[in-house]
Amino acid sequence: MKQPNSVPTSELMLRETASQTAGPYVHIGLALAAAGNPTRDEEIWNEMAKPGAEGELIEVVGTVIDGNGDLVRDAFLEAWQADANGVYQPEFDLKKPFNSFGRTATTFDHGSEWSLKTVKPGPVAHPSGQLMAPHINLAIFARGINIQLQTRLYFEDEAEANAACPVLSRIESPTRRQTLIAKREEADGKVRYRLDIKLQGEGETVFFDF
Amino acid sequence: MQDHNKRFVERDRNWHPPAYAPGYKTSVPRSPQQALASMQQATASELTGPDFRHLRMGPHDNDLLLNFREDPALAGAAGLPVGERIIMFGRVIDQFGKPVPHTLVEMWQANAGGRYRHRNDRYLAPLDPGFGGVGRTLTDEQGWYRFRTIKPGPYPWPNDPNSWRPSHIHVSVMGPSISTRLITQMYFEGDPLIPLCPIVHTIKDPAAVETMIGRLDMARSKPMDCLAYRFDLVVRGELQTYFENQ
Repeated sequence: MKQPNSVPTSELMLRETASQTAGPYVHIGLALAAAGNPTRDEEIWNEMAKPGAEGELIEVVGTVIDGNGDLVRDAFLEAWQADANGVYQPEFDLKKPFNSFGRTATTFDHGSEWSLKTVKPGPVAHPSGQLMAPHINLAIFARGINIQLQTRLYFEDEAEANAACPVLSRIESPTRRQTLIAKREEADGKVRYRLDIKLQGEGETVFFDF
Repeated sequence: MQDHNKRFVERDRNWHPPAYAPGYKTSVPRSPQQALASMQQATASELTGPDFRHLRMGPHDNDLLLNFREDPALAGAAGLPVGERIIMFGRVIDQFGKPVPHTLVEMWQANAGGRYRHRNDRYLAPLDPGFGGVGRTLTDEQGWYRFRTIKPGPYPWPNDPNSWRPSHIHVSVMGPSISTRLITQMYFEGDPLIPLCPIVHTIKDPAAVETMIGRLDMARSKPMDCLAYRFDLVVRGELQTYFENQ
């Protein structure tokens, strides 16, 4: 039997439903509190780790900036990351101290920053067998973004692991690799990492196709 | 356990709208200019994803006729949203036609007047005190989902001098992994605004536009109550099964 992956997509397979922008009001659907709307009992939001979660509690923050250098104040982001032991925890359950999935948004408030409360992820194996440096997958949705942009956030204080990471180190331009590396800040005894995402132009963030 | 044989059908980026689509003006400053970096081989970070079976849904999370009331004193028929009552339903399947069970489907929309319950929407149509405009549900074993809502109104927006959005419902589906994540919009069969919409025009292939059209289904409409629109969602196909015996 001919294997489906050996023929062009259009001949044997259904085509994916086409993507459309999440629009300016994505917050009413997926980030209710950010829209200023009443929330439901359980929402998927940005507290991925609670005290008691294994590993180092951190905050990850940033902005999204467009090609004019202006803040994107209506962006919605999704995060996916391994736990402190480098294991993905797919079962989303708000009763658990840690969830691998989280959501956040930029708004007109708080300097238009997005923020995730999480733990520093452990390294995850690449199919080649090498370890990937600790990272968080980020997907960015907004008005004007026709299909989500996918990127990765790496950590400044993991220089050695970053240099050896089979995904990060294969990005051709070392300058562009830097666009994925969050800067470590310490404030009030808490560790915070900052990554500003640039959609376009000078310092444009690396976005992935997978 | 990480299955290194798991793969997904490659996403056809000519089928989806390109990042830069100048007819839709906001895409101009928000589209990357550099080529996307190819992952070559997807890793566990892309091949795994969240499973929301334990997310506790409210009793009316998929019923937009009942899940929002600005004034709790408004009970019963007096508090129902204004507009054409509809059932929106369909199946989430993958590119091989396999149902995607227990996956999270979320949706949001404007009210019957074409206004969103969002602090930045200042369109002159009134807010509806009985309508929030957001729903969510999980697909069943066979990939079916269902919402009850009102048909959203079209509304003008500042793109061209006289741009109107066709009636549409934003739909978000997770699928089995981060690689299958998709946000789209359902349009309504026969709407004359569809061919005029700059956002619809970001898609080049008319066949791709067809994948976003909800179809009137009289068989599933409820007499003296509501019409039904069917909207099937196709997410990326998983190639895993073809490698199981290797």
